Amino acid sequence: MLELRSVSCRYGDHLALKEINVRIEDRELVGVIGPNGSGKTTLIRAVTKIMKPVHGKVLLEEQPIDALSFKELARRVAVVGRLGDFDLKIRVEDLVLLGRLPHRQGFALLEKRTDLDIAREAMRLTDILELKDRMVEGLSSGERQLVFIARALAQEPRLLLLDEPTSHLDITHQIRVMDLIKELNREKELTVLVVLHDLNLASQYCDRLLLLDKGVLRKDGAPKDVLTYQIIEEVYKTVVLVRENPVSARPYIFPVSKEDRRRT
Amino acid sequence: MDKRLVKWVLSVCVLVAILLAVSTLSLLLGPSGVSPGAIVRAILEGKESAAHAILFDIRLPRILLGFAIGGSLSLAGVILQSMFRNPLVEPYTLGISGGAALGVSITTILRLAGPLGIYALPVSGFVGAFCVILFLRVMAANRSVLTIQALLLTGVMISFISSSAVLLIMSISGVEELHDILFWIIGSLGETDWFLVKPALLVSVSGLIFAYFFCFDLNALGLGEEDALHLGVNVERTKRILFILASVLAGLSVSLAGAIGFVGLVVPHFVRMFTGGDHRILLVSAFLSGATFLIFCDCVAKTIIQPVELPVGVVTGLLGGVLFIYTMTRKGSATGGKGA
Repeated sequence: MLELRSVSCRYGDHLALKEINVRIEDRELVGVIGPNGSGKTTLIRAVTKIMKPVHGKVLLEEQPIDALSFKELARRVAVVGRLGDFDLKIRVEDLVLLGRLPHRQGFALLEKRTDLDIAREAMRLTDILELKDRMVEGLSSGERQLVFIARALAQEPRLLLLDEPTSHLDITHQIRVMDLIKELNREKELTVLVVLHDLNLASQYCDRLLLLDKGVLRKDGAPKDVLTYQIIEEVYKTVVLVRENPVSARPYIFPVSKEDRRRT
Repeated sequence: MDKRLVKWVLSVCVLVAILLAVSTLSLLLGPSGVSPGAIVRAILEGKESAAHAILFDIRLPRILLGFAIGGSLSLAGVILQSMFRNPLVEPYTLGISGGAALGVSITTILRLAGPLGIYALPVSGFVGAFCVILFLRVMAANRSVLTIQALLLTGVMISFISSSAVLLIMSISGVEELHDILFWIIGSLGETDWFLVKPALLVSVSGLIFAYFFCFDLNALGLGEEDALHLGVNVERTKRILFILASVLAGLSVSLAGAIGFVGLVVPHFVRMFTGGDHRILLVSAFLSGATFLIFCDCVAKTIIQPVELPVGVVTGLLGGVLFIYTMTRKGSATGGKGA
């Protein structure tokens, strides 16, 4: 599905990604983790052609993305960005319908029947049908995140990229969003690449984790291989305790406070 | 779905009705003291009367010019505001109008008209506007240093610089040129000519039609540039084209009628409040409302202190300035509310 061949990206003098080599197969659910500024968002930007690598190649379905127009890319790859301020006066349904933009042919003022059906299906999957006539700016962060996921689904992508979809959400919405991502991955056969800050969510939901550290791919593998206390302490410079989650048998990370560190 | 279309058609019908009503009013009123009854008779009886001449050679072209320029300015305002996601951007605040006025002043003082004849001033206005646009483009491309606030400030500074330059030109020019230049600066629909009205109408209406090819791109740009890219919009190309379109519309307006301020700022803002952010309805609504607003202001300008005729720029400035302050305070309270 997606392959990065020794990709390096830079912002000015700062090398944000260094020689990244990754291959993501169809229907994988891959999490990207790493400390702030480790290049997670840059990785997403490199895949969406917003960031042009200074070195290396990004291939989508064995095709270099340079050869694809933004429109062609948007038909295959959808992105759910970070939640930001939102002051646009737009209805939920209209925002979801914008996801049909890359599929438009010729000029028509109104969306086609099929576009409406696809948008409706996307809203049904994300369980926001009852919000469809509300204004987006009036929604809670959790609801807004679901609207943006619905928009991404309306693009009918094969690859879904999400940049910290759970930050600023309460635990109910965190689980709801992650469950949805998993469901889309399993049932709709979407390949998913998701940037996560919460190591425990990443551990619980992803099949494979990419750990970035200062722009270098530090570790690539199953959660139990990536989330060991040695690696986390080394990369995050923080003392943690890693135990197995009794329900899922996946690693669970416990933070250790300064006070507790002194006591033990 | 169909509900939306019905709503759009209805609002366009209402706007057209208001436009026609204001135009009729402007057709019937004027400083020449021809009574409305005489106007009606002139329309019915045909060519010979003086009233007929006033109607078709003075008032009608003036209304059509108001339509073209009001629509163009408002459309340019909507496009620029959506592109930059900032409600305060318009041809005037970006300095485009100032650049056009400077271009016109230079042409007037240096008598560069030459073979271009009647089109010399519109062309030089456009060149002036385009220079400013080009300058702003270069600055905006270097986005690491230039935020939208900086761009606005730059625009205001360009306005100051060009108005100072225009004042300099005025102070060294003769009485004849002085009148010409003054006319451009304040903005007036008074000196109309069918030769200028026709191309103005053509350019403004084609500008509107052309803008419609980008209405979805503009909708996507409303979400932010990165999001628009994710939706497959070629943001750089779209912005470049729309920037040129806005500069053509603004340059045309300023060069034909002078630096008429606030139409491009106030009208789009209020239209947005009623239609929402969807450019499929916003573009045409802004165009029609801008046209109506300018024709109305012109009607006020030519009748309020008869027989003296005010430049329309004075009226739009006064009306628009008050509304501008209102807008600013409203925006302040809105962001304050969000922060809380």
